[in-house]
Parts: sequence; C-alpha cells; structure tokens
Amino acid sequence: MKRILAAALAALLMGAGAQAQTKVKIGVLSDMSSLYSDIGGAGSVAAAKLAIADFTAGNKDVQVDLVSADHQNKPDVGSSIANQWFDVDNVDLIVDVPNSGVALAVSEIARQKNKVFVVSGAAASDLTGPKCNANTIHWTYDTWMLANGTGKALVKTGGDTWFFLTSDYAFGHALERDTAAAVEASGGKVLGKVRHPLNTNDFSSFLLQAQSSKAKIIGLANAGGDTINSIKQGAEFGITKGGQKFAGLLVFASDVVALGLPTAQGLTLTETWYWDANDGNRAWTKRWQEERSGKFPTMVQAGVYSGVTHYLKAAAALKSVADGKATVAKMKEMPTDDALFGKGTIRADGRKIHDAYLYEVKTPAESKHPGDIYTLRATIPAAEAFRPLKEGSCPLVSG
Amino acid sequence: MFEVLGIPSQALFGQLLIGLINGSFYALLSLGLAVIFGMLNIINFTHGAQYMLGAFTAFFLLQYGGLGYWWALILAPVLVGISGIVIERLFLRWLYKLDHLYGLLLTFGLALIIEGTFRNFFGSSGLPYSVPSELTGGRDLGFMFLPNYRAWVVLFSLAVCLTTWFIIERTKLGSYLRAATENPALVRAFGINVPRMITLTYGFGVALAALAGVMAAPIYNVSPQMGANLIIVVFAVVVIGGMGSIMGAIVTGFGLGVIEGLTKVFFPEASNTVIFIIMAIVLLIRPAGLFGRRA
Repeated sequence: MKRILAAALAALLMGAGAQAQTKVKIGVLSDMSSLYSDIGGAGSVAAAKLAIADFTAGNKDVQVDLVSADHQNKPDVGSSIANQWFDVDNVDLIVDVPNSGVALAVSEIARQKNKVFVVSGAAASDLTGPKCNANTIHWTYDTWMLANGTGKALVKTGGDTWFFLTSDYAFGHALERDTAAAVEASGGKVLGKVRHPLNTNDFSSFLLQAQSSKAKIIGLANAGGDTINSIKQGAEFGITKGGQKFAGLLVFASDVVALGLPTAQGLTLTETWYWDANDGNRAWTKRWQEERSGKFPTMVQAGVYSGVTHYLKAAAALKSVADGKATVAKMKEMPTDDALFGKGTIRADGRKIHDAYLYEVKTPAESKHPGDIYTLRATIPAAEAFRPLKEGSCPLVSG
Repeated sequence: MFEVLGIPSQALFGQLLIGLINGSFYALLSLGLAVIFGMLNIINFTHGAQYMLGAFTAFFLLQYGGLGYWWALILAPVLVGISGIVIERLFLRWLYKLDHLYGLLLTFGLALIIEGTFRNFFGSSGLPYSVPSELTGGRDLGFMFLPNYRAWVVLFSLAVCLTTWFIIERTKLGSYLRAATENPALVRAFGINVPRMITLTYGFGVALAALAGVMAAPIYNVSPQMGANLIIVVFAVVVIGGMGSIMGAIVTGFGLGVIEGLTKVFFPEASNTVIFIIMAIVLLIRPAGLFGRRA
C-alpha cells in the first residue's frame, strides 16, 4: 500500500511557471504508520514542505514537486518505492528514511541510478562508513555520535560502570558496541549486558538483572517503544531511586513526551537539535505546528528541513539535478547554513557535521510549558561529535 | 542460598514472581478470548484493540474527566464493553451460522480500523499514565524489590479470573450460557432470551480485555499498537490451553508467564519465541490443547 500525495505547493507555484527553469522532485520516504512515525512520518513531510516554501519564496526559478510514501519498515517495500520513484516518477532526491535497514537499501539504489539520498531518520553509522557512496549524505545523527556523546559524558561525571539492555538485532548490537568502546576508552567499565527481542512488552526480568549488576549506569541500546517501556518500568522498580541511572542511547523528544516528565526525569541523552533551544527553533516549530498541532518536532524532522534546504541551494546553483553525483559533490563543496542547524559542512564520506548536545530531562517542577523537557548539560563541538573521517573505512576517503 | 544452573536462587525466585505477574495479563486476556470463543464461537481478533481501548479510555478519563485509576478500573470496562455490544449487534450476530473464518476476518478488519484510527490521531509513541498514588513504591522481599502495583495486578487479576470461572462453570447463569451454546433452540424454548445473553457475553469478554488494558496502562506504554504486540502471544496461550476452555486459559496464562520469565534468565534471546515453541509441541501431542474438551 503506497500513499503518494502531491504537494499543493508546487501547483500554486505553477502560475510562475513561465520563468521556472530548474525542476526538482523530492520524495519523503518514511515510516508513516508504525513505531517511527512520530519521529519522522507526516512530521517530516511537513518539514519538507516548509523547506520548499522558504526556498522557493526567494528563488522563483526553481520549481519543486513533493511526494511521500510509507516504507512500512520493510527494506523490500522501501526499495520498490525508491525504484519506482527514480525510474518512473522522475524523483531526484529521497529524504528521511528512518530505519537503518531500509536506508542502507535505498542508499545503494540511489548510487545505481545516480540520484541523491539525504538520510535524516536512520541511525547506522555504516552509511558513512563501509557502506558510504557518492550519492548519499547522512544528515542529522548516527550511532557513533550517540554512543560517543552520551557514553563519554556520563563516564566523565562519575558514571563509570555500565550495564546494557540491548535490542537483539543489528542496530542494537552496533549501538552497544560503539557505546562500550566509548565507555572503556574514557576509563569506564562494562559489567554486563542482556539482549532482549525487539518489541518486548515487559522488561522487569531484564531490569532485575540490571539492578543486581550494581552498575551505576544502565545503557539502553534500544529504541522507540522498547526504550519507553524500559524507562517506565525502571521507574516502577525503583531503579533510579536506588541510585542507578538510565542512559538513553537513542531517545527522541517524542519519546520523552510519551513517557511524561515524572517518569523520564533525570534521563541523559544526546541530540543534535531541540525545538526549545533558541528563538529561531521556536519560531520554526510554531510554523511546523500549524500542520502538526499539539506535537513537537524531533531532530529527524528538523534534519529533513535542513537537508532539503541545502539540496535546493545546490540545485539552484547547478541549474540541473540530472546528475546525482554532481549534485552531491556541489552540496559537499558549499558550506551548509540554515535556520535550524546554523553553519556546518559535509565531509567527503557524506557525513554532515554540526554540534551535538548532551541534554538531561527536566523534572516536572522545572518544566515551565508544554514541550519544555530538556536542560542543556554540555555542547559537543562539531569537530568532536562525529567519528573521525579516517576511522570510518569509507572507500570514498581511502580510495 | 543455592544455585540452579549457575543462576543464584535469589534471582530465580525474582524471575518466577515476575513471570507470575506477566502471566496475570496473559490470563486476563486469554480468559476474555476463551469466554467469547466458548460461548459465541467467534475468534475475536479485535481483542488486542479492545485492550488498547481500555488503556486509552483510562487516559481520557484522567485527562478530560479528572477521574483517576480507580474510576477507570470501573468505567473503562463498562464503556468499552458497551462498544463491544454495539459491534455484536451491528456485525457479529450475522456470522454465527457461518464458518469461523468469517468472524476472524471481520474482527481482524475491525482491529486494523480501530488501531489505524488511533494512530492517526495520537501518533505511535504513546501517552503517559502514572501508577496510582496509593500503589506507588514497593517492598523489599529479600530476593527482589516488588513494586506494590505489581502485587496488586497479580492478586486482582487472579480474583477476576477465578470469579469468572466460578460464574460460568458453577452457577445457574453459567449453566444457561453453556446450554445456550450447545443447543440455542432448546434453551429458547425454556423462555430464555438467548440472543440477549450472547450479546451480553460478548460485552463481558470485551470488558475483560478493557480491564486488562486499564491495569496495563501504568506499566506498559499506552500506544495504539500495544494490543497488536500482545494479541498473538495471547492467542498462542488460548490455543495451548484449549480453545474455549475457561480454566485452561487461566492456568496456561499464568503458567506460560512463568516459563517466559525463566527463559528471560537462561536464554533471553528466545523469550519471545518460547511460547510458540510450546504451542507447536502441544499441537503435535494434544491438538485440542491441554484443557480442550474435544480431545
């Protein structure tokens, strides 16, 4: 089942069609109906629309079409949509794609068809590591950055013994491996781990094991509903009251809102964008909420805005996006600058570089208004936030 | 202090208790399914969605009505039970004479519609719901920390399960119900309104699902797909216990909770599959289930 909706925006701009020279078609491929749909989903489509509206307001000679579809977290479904978009529907750019499995598949298709892929939703750092290519840019965050940000910072503040609750598939293993490495490199120790199946309802058994390990930090190498259930039940079993602390290795603002502050308070996590961080972000959030009322944007959705904006800048400069590789090369050559992520760069391996932030979830008493959830604990400068270029074993760099 | 297969006894007792607690959810849910299947011959695939409705109703009552957990425990099953009665009157009653498959497809379709609608309005990441203040905290049992709320869950669901079993198997009302499934025409001849009894039975089964939903709200993530994740396991429990067997559903529910809990200690990776392995073995040896009547 494929849902494609053409943006009315493009139709509005058709009036100025006489002067439109550069035509661009963008596809938002996301999880529209399942566990990641609040992280990306319709909110990513709304973000892409804002990016297009903002850009075309000042660049009437670029005409942009927008489509979107649901990949259902299945690599085969995602691949067939990507093939259809590139081959039949003349889509030039695919954005978002939460779920690393789907993203790796789409990245390969973009390379084969010489189109462009800007990843905002997926986490796997392999996208700019062994699986990197000249058509893919990894925009918002990745597993290495999450592991490094949260892992290092917690060891520095005394959290030097760790126990992992790990989701038992490739993503969880990677996150656990990267975090354990970061912890040990900063002088910490890993006391144990337990691997649970994806979509586990009850974590009490695993929490008891974590509790009896006496580790100071319980690292959650899982995502979405699994993370929410771990933390919710951890509060019930008195984990945080007993002096142990949770480290959310992949927690989004939408998860914290779902948990509620009484349960989530004190949780440490790393993000690259927070809606309430400054006036610019707040103003953008207000516009975004016109379409997504009552919700708060995640860094993934902000990344879609930022990525689409930069792509359109490159398109305007090149006047054509027919050659995906050339477009990506242009994107890497131009410094990035937008309202949400500020100034940044894109590395040779396709990694977008910007600051990351270590946040702690506020207590209910500290929170002044809805969505006021984080206190900034540390800023990780762009140069340190992501995996060093040489360590990724990306063929584009070594070869 | 002794050890079993390298696991200290303390941890083992803890896991046994936790298994029992999880088993109480399986028991409550499979009980509702067994009642509905036993009396109506309908395989109620909407059960997971109705469990989810129970949890959401608890959230709505708190958010918009200011009514806390204890009110929800009474009101949510009633409200969701009424919605079940509407479903039975509008759709299910046309299906009793047809093959099981039609009921299964209809209820499965309804579940997809209900869950899809909720996802559309409330997203997928869920809503917060706290443990009622009377039951926060917990006690140290020596071998584990037992949250008060979990103790409440296990006791309350055991009471509900046994009461239900007693009503259906040991009272006059229950005997009418059982007779009505065997031979509706004859029971009607005695002046008993069989269709109404069937309608109320479905409403009751649905109310049990909603009750489990309310009890789950403070400890599991309240999200539109919370039931979809659980329903498959619960169906396996019902199949192992024997379709339609009330006591079978209760005993298997608690028993499998314990087995699953132990798997989480010895081989956590298999904890999601162990129930299905048992189901396969039971189906091979006793196709009608452990407590099935048509063995």
